[in-house]
Amino acid sequence: MEYFLTDQQKTIKSLARRLAEEKILPVRAELDEKEEFPRAIIKELAAADMFRVFIPTQYEGLGGGCFELALVVEELSRVCSGVAVSYAASALGSFTLTMFGSDALKQKYLPSIASGSRLCAFALTESTAGSDAANIKTTAEKVEGGYLLNGTKQFITNGGEAEIYTVIALTDKSKGPRGASALLVEKGTPGFSFGKKEKKMGIRASATTELVFRNCLVPAENMIGKEGRGFIMIMKLLDISRPGVGAQAVGVAQGALEAAVAYTEQRIQFGHPLAAIPVVQDMLAEMAIQVEAARALVYAAARTVDSGAYDITETSAMAKAFASDVAMKVTTDAVQVCGGAGYMKDYPMEKMMRDAKITQIYEGSNQVLRSAIASHVRKRKAKTP
Amino acid sequence: MNIVVCLKQVPGTADVKIDPNTNNLIRQGIKNVINPFDTYALEEGVRLKERHGGKVTVFSMGPPQAEEMLREAISLGADEAILLSDRAFAGADTWATAYTLAAAVKKLGQYDMVICGRQTLDGDTGQVGPEMAEMLGIPLVAYVSQIEEIAGGQIRVRRMIDEGHEVIQSPLPAVITVTKEINVPRLPSLRGIARSKSAAIPVWNAQELGADLSKVGLNGSFTRVVKIFFPERSHKAEVFEGELADKVDRLIDRLKAGGLV
Repeated sequence: MEYFLTDQQKTIKSLARRLAEEKILPVRAELDEKEEFPRAIIKELAAADMFRVFIPTQYEGLGGGCFELALVVEELSRVCSGVAVSYAASALGSFTLTMFGSDALKQKYLPSIASGSRLCAFALTESTAGSDAANIKTTAEKVEGGYLLNGTKQFITNGGEAEIYTVIALTDKSKGPRGASALLVEKGTPGFSFGKKEKKMGIRASATTELVFRNCLVPAENMIGKEGRGFIMIMKLLDISRPGVGAQAVGVAQGALEAAVAYTEQRIQFGHPLAAIPVVQDMLAEMAIQVEAARALVYAAARTVDSGAYDITETSAMAKAFASDVAMKVTTDAVQVCGGAGYMKDYPMEKMMRDAKITQIYEGSNQVLRSAIASHVRKRKAKTP
Repeated sequence: MNIVVCLKQVPGTADVKIDPNTNNLIRQGIKNVINPFDTYALEEGVRLKERHGGKVTVFSMGPPQAEEMLREAISLGADEAILLSDRAFAGADTWATAYTLAAAVKKLGQYDMVICGRQTLDGDTGQVGPEMAEMLGIPLVAYVSQIEEIAGGQIRVRRMIDEGHEVIQSPLPAVITVTKEINVPRLPSLRGIARSKSAAIPVWNAQELGADLSKVGLNGSFTRVVKIFFPERSHKAEVFEGELADKVDRLIDRLKAGGLV
């Protein structure tokens, strides 16, 4: 399929693929097995300017958008979703700042995020607030010299590894969601520590921890955007970031499809390669159709986001929900067509199947997204422009 | 530190065919790459620049299409790349190549170190670096596997020898040739690729180098490739087929007949 990439987009994609194949492929099984954060690979990605892709040019980035980021995430995820999400989480953590932060705050933080010398993270989820994000309990009380943070964030990607955290907290408890704000908190700030490190089913190379805030004083100038605008910013942020999760899903599905084709070509049963058997061909063809359809939808959504379109909620949710369902289906079928071998850790298919699952869950579970899509469909009476 | 790195473009495959009529390598349809040993030289030059400041200038003597490789060198961190290209350079052996590269280094003037790969993948002689040192009248350390220290106009390196390694100190400027143990070359960066696309790659010909035409190319070469050929296979394999016991008997007979047992 021709996606009409610009020269720069082609360069980004091919360099990301080279990095994935030369630097990640040799160690992905070990990273998965040991649940080890890929620090050396993050350094390689930084040296290749991959963290510059999603940062505006005036802050030492390359000025790419959602689409360029998606290209990198897809290529990394094709080889290892655990590494891909560690990279993508830095983008997610930086977007609120990029979109809503003051110039001074951007000058202070974005260049080091662009160089990859400091990783970023985004912290919204709490034990009482998953899909029901409005139910957060972490507070940021206005005091002399800034805000006093108190509360615990949960399931935070890049927790402990990132240096810069975008934390959503209530600056006015009485207003509920309208009292939420976004604050930048640096690792090492007194009162900020890391709690439990989660053990996960998939994306095991990535770090997922609790963030614990106990009377953590954050300078007032670290407020991103206006106080009390936190939830509006988050909704906007997630609309923009969801095609990235879609790209992660497309990548893992693509990786599984390639692994399945390679295995079924060389595995001889009944005197033929498995790939020559009609029932297997049917599965491979279906997988290929699904992957390409998901890619086309994710690319279209990412380009819609980059066009500056006003209402992107539905498009972006569709791309994420569809691509992640495809990832689960295709990776499961990749294990299936490879039979016993597919189930074993000697092959990458089982890891991809475990890695795929999270894409249906995070950054809006597919159920929450479908309910949002349904309300848009009803509002527009299912009509197209 | 101003560092000169010398690169050669070579066929990116081990499966090189020879034209039986001209005795030349058949280069059509083969992707050219930076001589693998030279990639370590370039990486070491870029690392020294990152540590000590200065710049990395890359030279390559070759046909116009070597420009593509020089652009790649810029994407990998070289500051400038200059192609030494002239019909008069054609057919150069190692001596004439070293003469041409040394002339370019002299023209550049300011330099603290020249870094070459230990040998090329195609010619395999390992002579150009040492010959350049001779022509430039500066010290040479070959087979360097580690640069230990650069201070006070001196360099201290480890060089690989058959029995282990030697630690050698030398005044600068000097020529070093490096082995693959010295580093792991980086991949290009996106900004490097962007820079490489717009970079100017100057071409210096024999006249601009002020080179003596009797010393470049075929004219300046003491050696000449008379013939390149694949050695004929003189070994034959016999395959015994049939029952195992029968095959063993035949093998023993064969070994006895050959006077081997």
